[in-house]
Amino acid sequence: PLPQVHSLQELRRSASLATKVFVQRDYSDGTTCQFQTKFPPELESRIERQLFEETVKTLNGFYAEAEKIGGSSYLEGCLACATAYFIFLCMETHYEKVLKKISKYIQDQNEKIYAPRGLLLTDPLERGMRVIEISIYEDRCSSGSSSSGSSSSSSGGGGGGAGGR
Amino acid sequence: MSVMVARKKVVRKWEKLPGRNTFCCDGRIMMARQKGIFYLTLFLILGTCALFFAFECRYLAVQLSPAIPVFAAVLFLFAMATLLRTSFSDPGVIPRALPDEAAFIEMEIEATNGTVPQGQRPPPRIKNFQINNQIVKLKYCYTCKIFRPPRASHCSICDNCVERFDHHCPWVGNCVGKRNYRYFYLFILSLSLLTIYIFTFNIVYIALSKAVAGGLGLLSGHSQSLTVLTVLEVLICFFTLWSVVGLTGFHTFLVALNQTTNEDIKGSWTGKNRVQNPYSHGNIVKNCCEVLCGPLPPSVLDRRGILQQEESTAQEGSCPRGPGTQEPPAMQGPGQAQEGHSVLSLQVPVPTVSNAEMPEEKQRTPGELPVPSLDAGRAEL
Repeated sequence: PLPQVHSLQELRRSASLATKVFVQRDYSDGTTCQFQTKFPPELESRIERQLFEETVKTLNGFYAEAEKIGGSSYLEGCLACATAYFIFLCMETHYEKVLKKISKYIQDQNEKIYAPRGLLLTDPLERGMRVIEISIYEDRCSSGSSSSGSSSSSSGGGGGGAGGR
Repeated sequence: MSVMVARKKVVRKWEKLPGRNTFCCDGRIMMARQKGIFYLTLFLILGTCALFFAFECRYLAVQLSPAIPVFAAVLFLFAMATLLRTSFSDPGVIPRALPDEAAFIEMEIEATNGTVPQGQRPPPRIKNFQINNQIVKLKYCYTCKIFRPPRASHCSICDNCVERFDHHCPWVGNCVGKRNYRYFYLFILSLSLLTIYIFTFNIVYIALSKAVAGGLGLLSGHSQSLTVLTVLEVLICFFTLWSVVGLTGFHTFLVALNQTTNEDIKGSWTGKNRVQNPYSHGNIVKNCCEVLCGPLPPSVLDRRGILQQEESTAQEGSCPRGPGTQEPPAMQGPGQAQEGHSVLSLQVPVPTVSNAEMPEEKQRTPGELPVPSLDAGRAEL
C-alpha cells in the first residue's frame, strides 16, 4: 500500500498544478445530480475521450441511484418519519451509502486511470455537488515515471485524491 | 522561565463559513442569526402543553380516558422533534465557489458575453443556457459566485444559496429548503393537530367542570383560577389555529403540486405564458411521496471538519466518526473547552486548492449518521 500512497502524494508534491477543469452540472433532467459528459478541451491531450465519458457516466449512474424515487426510498422515508427521524441516529441513509460507493469509485479511478496521466479527480461532494474538479498536473519526467510504475496495482490506498481511508 | 506550550486549538470549518448563520454545539447545530422568534415559538408550545398536562389532563384522564394525555404527549413529542430538526439542520445550503472555480466560471461567462470594460457593471442577471435536451436557464449568484441550480435561491437573511428554497421562517429560526422541508411540513402538521387537540379538550374540560360545579351549586376559587388558565390556553390555541392550520393547508397544496413558496410567490408556474411546473409528476400522491418521503441528500457543508493547521500532526482530517457516535445536541463539543495558544495558519497547501475559505464537505446534522472518514484525507488536498 505504501508505494501507492506515495504515487498520488508524490504527484501532488513534485508535479506542479498546471490548471483545473471544472465539469459542470447538467440540469436538463431537472434538479437531479448529473454532470455534463461534454469532453473539456483542456483534457484533449491528456486522456482518451472515451475513458473520461465512461467515468462521468458511471458517476451519473451512481447519483441517479442515490436519488432514485421508488419503493425502497419511500419505505425508508416512512420508517424514518414514524420514528420521528430518530432512526437516523443508528442507520445510514441510502444516499449516504451510495456516496461512499462513489468516493471509492473516484479513488479507484484516480489510482488506475487519472494519476498515471497526471490528472486528479476531486469528489463532487467536496465541491458542494456543483462540479467535478479535475486537476491537471504538468508532466515532470521523474514523477511521471515513478507514479506510473507504482500505481499499477489496484486497491485504494490511503491518501487518495478524493479523501477516504 | 515560562515555556510557551502551543496547545493546538481545534478550529473547525464552521467557524470560517461565510454567510450569516449561527452555529452551536461545535458546529452540530446550524441556525439563522435572529433566534428571538424561535424562542417565542418554543415558549408558546412548551408553556401551553405544560399547562395542559399539568391541569386539564389530570382531570380528563380520570373523568374520560387516560388515553387523552398519552395521545397528546405523542403529538407533542413529534411536534418538538420535527421543530428541532427543522431549526437545527442544514436546509440545503450550497457552499460558495472556491476561487479557482469562480475564476473558471467567470472566464466562461466572459467568453460567452464578451469582456465587460473596467468600471462598468456587468449585466444584472447572467443566464446560462444549457442545451442538452432542453433549454435551461440558470441564474448567476454574485455573492456565491456560482450558477444556481434550478429552484435554488439566495436567502438574503442568511446570505446563502439554498437548494429548493422555500422560504426563510423566523418562527423556526432557519431557512426552509430541500433538506428540511419535510420536517417543516410535519412540524406544522403535527402542531395543527396538537393545537386542535388541546383546544377541543380544553372546551370539553370547561364544559365538564362547569357542569360538575353547576351540579354542586358552586364554583370554588380553585377551579376558578384553573378555568382562567384554561381560557388562556384556549385563546392561544385559537389564534394559533388560524395561522398554523391555514399554513398547513397552504403547504399541503404546495406539496401536492410540488411547488415551493418561493415559486408560488413569484408566480413561476402560473399565468398564461408560463411553463407548467416541470417538477410536478402530475399525480398528487406521487408528488406528496417525493416531497415527504423521497431520498434525503446529506449536507455538503462539512461543518465539523477540521481546518488544516500549521502543525503537520493535525492532518488527520475530519473528526473521528463512526456509527452511533452522535451526541445529543446539548453536549458541549470538544473544541469549545480548549484554551491556550492556537497556532493556526490557514495555509494554501502547494500546489492545490486553499481550504481556508469555502469549505464544503458533507456534514452531519444532529441525528444523522455520518459517513465515516469520507473526508479523512480532505484536509491535506
